[in-house]
Amino acid sequence: MVIKKMADVYINGRLEGCCDNPKEWVEFIREQRRIGNLPKEVNVAYDEDQNIVFINTEKGRARRPLIVVKNGKSLFTTELYEQLKKGEIDFNDLVKQGVIEYLDAEEEENTLIALDESQLTPKHTHLELSPAIIFGSKASMVPFPEHNLSVRVMIGAKTMKQGIGVYASNYLLRMDTDANILHYPQRPIVNTYIYDVMDYDSHPVGQNMVIAVMSWHGYNMEDAIIFNKSSVERGLFRSTYFRPYFTEELRYPGGQLDSIEIPSKEVKGYRTEKVYRHLEEDGIIYPEAVVNSGDVLVGKTSPPRFLTSLEEFKMGVEERRETSVSVRFKEKGIVDSVLLTDSDAGNKLVGVRIRDQRIPEIGDKFSSRHGQKGVIGMLVPQRDLPFTASGVVPDVIFSPHSIPSRMTVGQLLEIIGGKVGALSGKFVDASPFSSESERELRDTLIELGFKDDGTEIMYDGKTGRQYKARIFIGNSFYLKLKHMVANKIHSRSRGPIQLLTRQPTEGRSKEGGLRLGEMENHCFVAHGASLLLKERFDSDKTKIPVCKKCGNVAIYNKFRKKGMCLICGENTEIGFVEMSYAFKLLLDELKSLCIYPKLNLKDKM
Amino acid sequence: MSEDLIIPKIIINEINKKYSSSEAKKILKELNESYEKAKITPGEAIGVIAAQSLGEPGTQMTLNTKHFAGVAEMSVTQGLPRLIEIFDAKKEPSTPTMTIFLKEPYRDDEEAVKKIAAKILEIKFEDIMESITVNLLDFRIEAQISMESLENYALTLEDVEKTLKNIFSEEDVKVLKKGLVKITPKKEIEVIDLYKLKTKLKDIHIRGIKGITQVLPIKKTRGWIIQTAGTNLKKILLMEEVDPTKTISNNIFEVASVLGIEAARNAIIREIILTLKDQGLNVNLRHIMLIADTMTLEGMIRGVTRYGVSKKQESVLARASFEVPLKHLYNAATRKEKDELKGVIENIMINQTVPVGTGIVKLVVNEAENNKKTIKDKKKKGE
Repeated sequence: MVIKKMADVYINGRLEGCCDNPKEWVEFIREQRRIGNLPKEVNVAYDEDQNIVFINTEKGRARRPLIVVKNGKSLFTTELYEQLKKGEIDFNDLVKQGVIEYLDAEEEENTLIALDESQLTPKHTHLELSPAIIFGSKASMVPFPEHNLSVRVMIGAKTMKQGIGVYASNYLLRMDTDANILHYPQRPIVNTYIYDVMDYDSHPVGQNMVIAVMSWHGYNMEDAIIFNKSSVERGLFRSTYFRPYFTEELRYPGGQLDSIEIPSKEVKGYRTEKVYRHLEEDGIIYPEAVVNSGDVLVGKTSPPRFLTSLEEFKMGVEERRETSVSVRFKEKGIVDSVLLTDSDAGNKLVGVRIRDQRIPEIGDKFSSRHGQKGVIGMLVPQRDLPFTASGVVPDVIFSPHSIPSRMTVGQLLEIIGGKVGALSGKFVDASPFSSESERELRDTLIELGFKDDGTEIMYDGKTGRQYKARIFIGNSFYLKLKHMVANKIHSRSRGPIQLLTRQPTEGRSKEGGLRLGEMENHCFVAHGASLLLKERFDSDKTKIPVCKKCGNVAIYNKFRKKGMCLICGENTEIGFVEMSYAFKLLLDELKSLCIYPKLNLKDKM
Repeated sequence: MSEDLIIPKIIINEINKKYSSSEAKKILKELNESYEKAKITPGEAIGVIAAQSLGEPGTQMTLNTKHFAGVAEMSVTQGLPRLIEIFDAKKEPSTPTMTIFLKEPYRDDEEAVKKIAAKILEIKFEDIMESITVNLLDFRIEAQISMESLENYALTLEDVEKTLKNIFSEEDVKVLKKGLVKITPKKEIEVIDLYKLKTKLKDIHIRGIKGITQVLPIKKTRGWIIQTAGTNLKKILLMEEVDPTKTISNNIFEVASVLGIEAARNAIIREIILTLKDQGLNVNLRHIMLIADTMTLEGMIRGVTRYGVSKKQESVLARASFEVPLKHLYNAATRKEKDELKGVIENIMINQTVPVGTGIVKLVVNEAENNKKTIKDKKKKGE
């Protein structure tokens, strides 16, 4: 006789007991849950291999809804469907009735889930609400996703997060850093069901554009796109960039205070009179002031950092430091609003928001919803752009080379769908797995008097000649992404250097240099461009006086034209050595490590 | 004539032997010219170029190894991990393998090859036993030999008994009919020692060549070869069935100790080319040769690490700029080292021209000669 081993029962990961007939018992628990005797949050699973029953009731489990199937028949009947349609019941009622239940990852292991009703067999335990549920809220926004490579759908979902739109309707009251607002957002012509579910109309992104797939004088190679300059002038994809600046009147130990005011000329670090010109009597800028980089938004002075004995005896007022807030390097705009409030510590807090209109320019990044992102390669006036027989000029010209390797067929369908939608004045459904079929779209195109493949005969805008090939043209939804050249463009020929190393500063906001890194340096060496390499690194070169006797860095007095060594005294010979300041610093640092580096000077051969 | 030639003497002799003197002269002249052209230009940064030439393909390599379904193969480290292994000169590769080529009569005979393969494969006591226990009551070790695996390996109980008795001379070894092995220590020992005895028993070498854990005969177009996991080049080369001129091991240190440093150099080159080829990459042989040369030029294998090649750098600053700077600086200070500032890295640090390419050329003006000329010129003009 075989003794059947009892199954261990774990509740929330802790062994609580055993049960005799795990399979039946688990089924019993599920039944009780569906009836409503047990909370809906309970999930139970039986692991046959380990002979363990897991019951989970804790928070933090990702659960998803599924329709319960009994004897190969979905519990969600047509009657329920009609009731739901009429609004007599809602989703939560279905959950209460046990028609729909939420499963966690562990209970899912015990199920056999059908994708749609036609696949149902008596073995199935659950039915998917819709096959489209495999997509998340963002991936569902991609039109015709089932025609795309999965990677492209993911990239598309990712780029949609970077799209500029109206992120919140109260944006005028908010002080968000790096906020962008699109001026004329539109509802996509080709759309998915989730758009309405998420009420995207209240915070839209992007615009519908006429798009032609062709190359144009090489300005749209390698993922670049051509923009119609005239469309841009008519307001296409204009956006506003907001940046808030804050400053606080701080209190310091000893009862000293910051003060928000127009700094007087006695203040240490006083800038030029010009940068303070917009400040009003209270030391704060007025709204609608046109400001440029470096202009002071809020004038502020702070007490001196250290109290030295010398200053105590100083006559007159104490010396204060200038700590005004000014517009960032290379940024400009108009003062949008000024906010006066208290900080957490109860100090006076001033916020100034600057607004700047951003008109699409060469280098701005755009994307369709299929992960086909690219930057503007050229803005072309309408007169030079190709046009169709009916006189339609594209807003965007998109390179055909972006299609074969990425296989975003969904985008081509979107363009055809967009064309149908634009011509017939309706929205086209492109929801995953339930979209309007390609055939339908093509047939409508023929009905409307166009070729069913979306191509049209087009003419060169410059010469007026007909193109030999027919051009694929239609409407597509495009997004302006938040990466704009205006925030990123940077160059430097000379500029500020660091105090410690005398090397150029780093970063755009500090007008920094572009680093010639280790690998670039190897490249110079590999080419044998030795003198060029030296010149590239000359940014911190110095002439250092060195004592010929002891090899230490010496001191040179320019007025007396005499050098002296700290060790050997004045009675020594000094040689000048050209080296990078960073090396001199290294020598000093070595000395601080108790290593005594000496320079043995020799004449250059 | 022949004194001006820079081509190796052997080649000159060979050409002189093959052709008539006038013909040979012509050929040698042409050959000399092309030889001159093929020589690398002085000042060319060959080291950096070699490093770049190997580094760039390295970025394209995948960390994953690909496998073919259904093909008999052994898992061998491939791609970037293997390349790093070679350059770092790891004492033992993560997957040591040998490719054993066989001599004429054996290599076409499948049965013979399988026999050889079985002979090579190392069998430990562990492989043939079913269970092992320490019997503390009777103070002995008991192990059950699996008769099935014994048959698989074509071994008999007598064989096992013999080897066991040979090794456990201080213990009483008993092998029963059903394969039960009982080992009782003759002397009185501690319990810990009994457990040590147990591990020793598991490790007993019964048959085959030490270190070879897996064998796989593979049919190639030119007869059978045996691929192994685990290497023991020394013993394998001594086997009479094995072709010692072709058999290779991927353990570079083993190759160095068995066949010498030149063979190790060739092994490094071969292994690098092989790993690159597997990934569909092609690097000029000369870059690889240069790296293999620097790794072996001291008569032992030095990896491209801070303990190997980098440690031997002359310049303190160059060494300090590559990993653990403080250690090198302190050591240099205690030894009063001198940096001649002759290398590339040091000169970049002090912002001087690097002695490479255009920087290697120095202009020396002979002032005395110069003065004479100007005086001459002046005289000419004056008259």
